[in-house]
Amino acid sequence: MAQTLICHPGIGPDVEGIALVASDDFSARYDLDRIKGVFSRPAHKLFGEDYRERILVLNNVKGGVASAWMLNEMASRNVKPAAFVFNRVNPILAQGAALAALPLVDRFADGDVTKLIRNGERIRVRPSEGQVILLDRP
Amino acid sequence: MKLNEEERALLAGEGGRARQWAIRHQIEVGRFFDAEDMVEVDQAHVMADPESLGEAGVRWLSDIAGLPEAERRVRVPTITDPRGVDFAAYKRLQQTDAMAGLEERAIHAFEAMGVLMTNTCINYQTILPPVRGEHVAFGDTGVVIYSNAVFGARSNFEGGPSAIAAGLTGRTPRYGYHLEKNRLGTRLFELRHQPKDFSEWGALGAVVGRGSGSYWAVPVITGVENAPTSDDLKHFGAALASFGSVAMFHMIGVTPEAPTLADAFDGPPPPASPITAEDIANVYKGYAARGDKVDVVVFSAPQLSLIELEKVANLLDGRHVHRETTLIAATSPEIKFAADRMGLTRRIEDSGGIVLSGVCFYQSYAREMAEANGWSRLMSNSAKLVNIIGGYGYKPTLATMERCVDSAVAGKVL
Repeated sequence: MAQTLICHPGIGPDVEGIALVASDDFSARYDLDRIKGVFSRPAHKLFGEDYRERILVLNNVKGGVASAWMLNEMASRNVKPAAFVFNRVNPILAQGAALAALPLVDRFADGDVTKLIRNGERIRVRPSEGQVILLDRP
Repeated sequence: MKLNEEERALLAGEGGRARQWAIRHQIEVGRFFDAEDMVEVDQAHVMADPESLGEAGVRWLSDIAGLPEAERRVRVPTITDPRGVDFAAYKRLQQTDAMAGLEERAIHAFEAMGVLMTNTCINYQTILPPVRGEHVAFGDTGVVIYSNAVFGARSNFEGGPSAIAAGLTGRTPRYGYHLEKNRLGTRLFELRHQPKDFSEWGALGAVVGRGSGSYWAVPVITGVENAPTSDDLKHFGAALASFGSVAMFHMIGVTPEAPTLADAFDGPPPPASPITAEDIANVYKGYAARGDKVDVVVFSAPQLSLIELEKVANLLDGRHVHRETTLIAATSPEIKFAADRMGLTRRIEDSGGIVLSGVCFYQSYAREMAEANGWSRLMSNSAKLVNIIGGYGYKPTLATMERCVDSAVAGKVL
């Protein structure tokens, strides 16, 4: 029982986890309380949600360059997402994922990934293969 | 990716461990973005404030700094974005000795790597502006968008680790805005209202940024009646990059790569989205809080030019900031020296303001400063800053520089 979504080959190791999904964008500096491990920007659709060890499924990356360091810093304290699954990322998230060795994929063949993956479902991300497997789908 | 002989040698470790890490990192990022090869760069600009770095980042830098000199030194001029602690002022802002200690260690590591501590996000106004066609590896979104659009230089957003990698190898993966084909317009916006001051230029950046919405979008703006100043475009670009993650724009008749609409697009231009006075006013409305107590008024993000600092000084002359409000203006070390020499710092500080050197507000442990000082309502004329600072627990208000100063004196949002 599984469905496979095809995307561009990504960065980082394979990982399995629970998806935290929203049709919204992302910046580690703008959106997160990185000490508590929650989305802290009131206007964000995931405001108040705990992101620790969840696979973030979001639209795009916004804002500045800080995420390139912050992912590494979050990983060092184990207050990090398990992976990033986005429609399209900018260089900063790719650079940050590469430094922190966090899984990242984007550019999906079948359309808007925030609509293809359901919030709370179990998925496996395979960056080297360019695949995201929806584990509980028939 | 195609690697030349020099790059293969770096990958094999012949340039030492730091350069080997750097080229591996660049190959990983380059492959992700389908880069075919590397391009040599003339400068790198590193964003690495201590809040972003954290203990892990400073340890990482210190590891490189601990390598033999031949392995750790950058190969091309490498400069820094604003720091997080102004050692002359951190106690006044209730920043801690631990923050200052982390900052000190980061600076020590950068100096050991041969990085020039310029500590500025307005290097294009104060250090060495790039020229058209020059490939650089700049690491501040406002710097990148200004350099790409206004100068015609070529840079992607290079986060701290990638900018350091570029400094160490003297190159960067050739993708994104290093390629001509990606620099053409993708969206067209027509101005039906001319921005009147810095905050309106920032508000325009917010509107265009929200309407563009992606790093890979290149908005084209038409209908600009008079050439904006460097500071106008600084606020516009910084807000556009902040709200939309945009790294490139064309402004017809202003920026060099699109003197005409036909130059901006590959083929016929798309239908234009009009931007009206109401669109600009709506940006302000989203942050309105008339009558609220104002805790801190901030002029920063980007750092202020000498001209902006003079405006702040002129507006404050003969007045005093309210005792329950803090007014901060942040600039680069070079401009701070000039402001000291010309008496601008004294005029601002005699009125109760604080002039910070080499830092930017949101890169200075903004959450911890808010908690330590009891700050909540923040006012600024920077659209970029009000966009960022909500995530740090502040309630932001966008207003003109004049209204910000009037409010600082009154102690409430006017």
